[in-house]
Order: sequence, then structure tokens, then C-alpha cells
Amino acid sequence: MPVPASEAAKQPELLPPVKVRRGWIGFVRRHPTIAIGGGLLLVLVLIGLFAPWLGTVDPSAIAPARRTRAPSAEFWFGTDMLGRDVYSRVLLGTRVSLVVGFSVACIATAIGLAIGLLSGFVRWADGPVMRAMDALMSIPPILLAIALMALTRGSIGNVIIAITIAEIPRVARLVRGVVLSLREQAYVDAAITTGTPTLRIIRRHILPNTIAPMMVQATYICASAMIIEAMLSFIGAGIPPSTPSWGNIMAEGRALWQVKPYIVFIPAVFLSATVLAINLLGDGLRDALDPRVAKGI
Amino acid sequence: MFAYILRRAGTTLPVMAMVAFFIFSLLYLAPGDPAAMIAGDQATPEDLARIRESLGLSRPFLAQFADWSWRVLHFDLGKSIFTGTPVTALIGQRMEATVSLLVMTLITAVLIAVPLGVIAAWKAGSLFDRAIMAFAVFGFSVPVFAVGYMLAWVFALQMQWLPVQGYVPLSEGAWPWLQRLLLPALTMSFGYVALIARITRTTMLEVLQQDYVRTARAKGLASRGVLFVHALKNASVPIVTVIGLGIAMLIGGAVVTESVFAIPGIGRLTVDAILRRDYPVIQGVVLMFSFVYMLINLLIDVSYTLLDPRIRY
Repeated sequence: MPVPASEAAKQPELLPPVKVRRGWIGFVRRHPTIAIGGGLLLVLVLIGLFAPWLGTVDPSAIAPARRTRAPSAEFWFGTDMLGRDVYSRVLLGTRVSLVVGFSVACIATAIGLAIGLLSGFVRWADGPVMRAMDALMSIPPILLAIALMALTRGSIGNVIIAITIAEIPRVARLVRGVVLSLREQAYVDAAITTGTPTLRIIRRHILPNTIAPMMVQATYICASAMIIEAMLSFIGAGIPPSTPSWGNIMAEGRALWQVKPYIVFIPAVFLSATVLAINLLGDGLRDALDPRVAKGI
Repeated sequence: MFAYILRRAGTTLPVMAMVAFFIFSLLYLAPGDPAAMIAGDQATPEDLARIRESLGLSRPFLAQFADWSWRVLHFDLGKSIFTGTPVTALIGQRMEATVSLLVMTLITAVLIAVPLGVIAAWKAGSLFDRAIMAFAVFGFSVPVFAVGYMLAWVFALQMQWLPVQGYVPLSEGAWPWLQRLLLPALTMSFGYVALIARITRTTMLEVLQQDYVRTARAKGLASRGVLFVHALKNASVPIVTVIGLGIAMLIGGAVVTESVFAIPGIGRLTVDAILRRDYPVIQGVVLMFSFVYMLINLLIDVSYTLLDPRIRY
């Protein structure tokens, strides 16, 4: 018996239709942490990129006549003990932090991936390589970076290398774990049995499965690299004082922090906001890429 | 149990040897010739050669490593290039401040973080829980020196409750000692609390789903008892693991925090050594901290059997 259209419309709906919002509003609803973290990071990247056009002046222009001015309409973030404009220095410092963070994240992930694949696929190399990684991980990362920086002169490149060496073992361990669990999978066995070359197995079956956890790990490495860079610069073992980085600005503001706290606090707020943005992005990615974890944490 | 401790220590030894090798190589690669530094400006090439010979610097790399390891095993970490004081003596002088700071941080952080994590798990989904989790992300993002200046500014400069900087040894009175350690310890606790609270909440959420927790509740035990005795004990293994791993973060934090609060500890010694490129001191400090870190984690691994009798080796 055909049901008249009006009758069917009266039927109570057991479940309201699932309305999936599409477009960017839907994305923000589903992944608020990615949206907030990513948005904040985007703003900071834009600040870094366009710093020279954001009303900044020469960050190392010394002007003794107007030193340690409090923040005002003319000097938004005040001036430091040499009369340099803190606003310009902090904005240009964004570049240093972002460059160090992103470079360390990329290089450490690439090298860690290579070491992890080697360790997971070449059985005789696994033991020695992983013991070496364990040893590197047993040295607290900041101390390892300090020891490496003591060998060379301070420069952005050396800071990136020092922090990268300290972070590689974390990626290598992660990748090795993924490779070892994937090797037990039937489809990998099948690929080996049918004589697929190892490189193709890696490209087809292994790499796609390591991308998600590696992306999450890379965000955490980026955040930790920025903090370590600021710490190194703060204690005088990082970026040379001539380059304005957040750690350097804070180190220079130290002597005056009791009377002019803003010189220390403003770069600290920028650094915290950047690291927070990246951590939020990392947490969001982890939840989005691995729904099992999302429920637990 | 005893066999397990031996086995576990056995796996730590090669890693320790590897760490020692890395750290020795760092000093070996360090620029500057120690012989030239000892000989001074007036030295002839023959003098230099003689000093190099007496220091064993002309021997092969691995032989030098063996000599150095032998000395390290006898607690001889060399001498500071600048003061000529043995590195072990320098570390010894500054040990008290750093150990006080680390122990104080550990106690404050655990006392704050574990109850926070437990309550967050118990009231999962509530406003309190969400506030704690938001703090966990935030606390992990704020660098330790920013926290230090912020706390010092609020509690020492504005409120004037506590001294701004400095350190007083315990022998000069417990109260002044505690007063000066409180702010630095709270500073270092900040990120550590975030870390511990987060893992406590996660493991407690799992444990609270277990049948025996329901049984304990059903037979009428007070919630507090169930939470802190029945559930927390079984959630303790991951929590203790994270506390141990977080020590690496604390050691790094101490280097910076001691600078912020002008505490004459090993962290301060490290910073001074970097600024003067005093390689033996840097090497000694890094080696010591790494060994302490590894030993603590070895002890924690061994302690699992005490915390959870189901774990047998």
C-alpha cells in the first residue's frame, strides 16, 4: 500500500538527520584545536614574513637619548637599554624562531626517518643504531645542544644543527616502531613473497603509514626546538647577540627586568603564543589522524 | 627480582658507555690545544711536545678514551681550564643548591599534579576537567624563564611575599632556605605539573573503568578512598614513568632557572663554563647529569615490581 506523501512526512523521525557541515566552518567545528593553533601560527608566520612592512625600523639602530622608554604610541613595545625599538626587534625575532623551529622539524624528521627505516629493515644494524639513539636520548636535549654549541661559534645554522642532533633519536624510534609493526602485516608479507623490491615496499606500504605519526611528532619537535633555541640564546650559547631573537632580547632585558619588565615579558609572550599554537596544532592533528587516541586523551 | 635488576642494569651499562664516548668525542673535537693553554705564551715547540706527551695527548684517540674513562671511573673529571680546580670539586660545591631545587620541584610538582589529574579524571568532562586540560597544554608551552620572571614579578616585586633572587644554604636555617627555593621550584614545576597531570588523568580514566573500582564503590567505600587508594595505586606505573622521563626537562630547566633566580648551582656553573668555553667543566656537567638521569630511570624501572605486583620479571 503506497503511503501518501503527507502521511510519510508525519512519521516521527527516530534519528535527526546527521547534518555534516562542509567548507571551512565545518572544519573549524570538527577540529577546533587545529583551527585555533593553525590560525594563530598563520598569523605569526605572516608577521615574520611581512615584518619589514609592519612599521618596523632598523632593529639595531642605537639611540641613547631615548633608551628604556615605556611602551607608548610612538614605541609600541618601548625601547631597550640602548634605545633600540623593542617592537621592531620582537617582530624580526619571529623570523629567527620560526626558521629554527621549522628547519629543525624538517631536518630531524628526514634524518630520523632514514635512520628509523634503516633500523627497521636492516636487522644487523638495528641493535647498534638503536643503542646509539638510546645514548643520545639519555643526554637531556638542552645539555646536548649546549655541549654542541660550545664547540662552534654561535650562528643560526649551528643552533639548528645542535638542536637537530638532539631531536633525531625521537623520530628514529618512532619510525622504527611503526616499521616493525608493519612488517608483521600480511600485506607486507605478501609484497615480500611476490618479490617486490624493498625500496618499493618502503614507498608503497611503509612510508604512507609513517606520515601521520611523523607529522604529529614534527609539530612537537618544532615547538621544543623553539624553546631550546630561546634558552640557548638566553644563556648566551645560541644566536649571536647582533641578531634580534626572542631569547637574545630577553637576555639583554635581564639586567633591567625589575624596573622595565616589558623588555623581558613581550618576547616571552610571543614565544609562548607561538609554542602554544604549534602544540595545539599537534594535538589537533593527533586527534584527527588517530581517532583511537582522541577518545582516551 | 634480583636477577631482573642485574639484567636491567646490564642493559644500561652499554648505553652509559656510549654516552661517555659521545661526550668524550665532543671534548676531543673541541677547538684549542690544552697543551698550549698550560704552557703559556713563552713555550717552545719542545715544551709543547713534552707537555703533550705527559698529558697523553699524542696517543691514539681510543687509547685516550680508555685513559679518560679510567679516570672518570675514579671520579676524576679533569680540571677547569680557568681556575685549575678539579671539576668534581666544582660540582661538589654547587651540588647542594641544585639538588635542593630539583627535590623541591619534584615534591611540589607531584603534590600539585597528581591530585589535579585524579580529580580531572573523576569529574571527566566537567568545567574543572577542561580547565585542567587547558592548563596542561598551556603549561607545556610557556618556556621556563618566562614563568620564572612572571612569578618573580608578581610574588616578589609586586606582593613582596618572597625574596626576588639568591640562595641560602640549608645550614643557615630551614626557613630562609625554603623561602628562596619556593619561587624557583614553582617555576620549574609549571611545565612538569602539566606533564604529570595529563598522564595521571589519562591513566586514571582507564583504571576507573575497571570492575574492581565499581565493586569498591558498590560496597560503599568513600569516593576519596576509592580514587586515591584503589585506583591511583594501579595507575601509578605510567605516572611514575613520566615523572622519571620528565627529569630530563627539569635538568634543562635548572640551567635556565638558576640564571633567572641567581642560584649558585650546577646550572649556573654550566652557563659560566659555556661563556668561558671551559670544556672540561661542560663535559663533566653533561656527563654527570646524563648518568644521574639514566640511574633515576633505572631505579624507576626496577620500582615497577613494587608498585604493581602483577609485573614480574
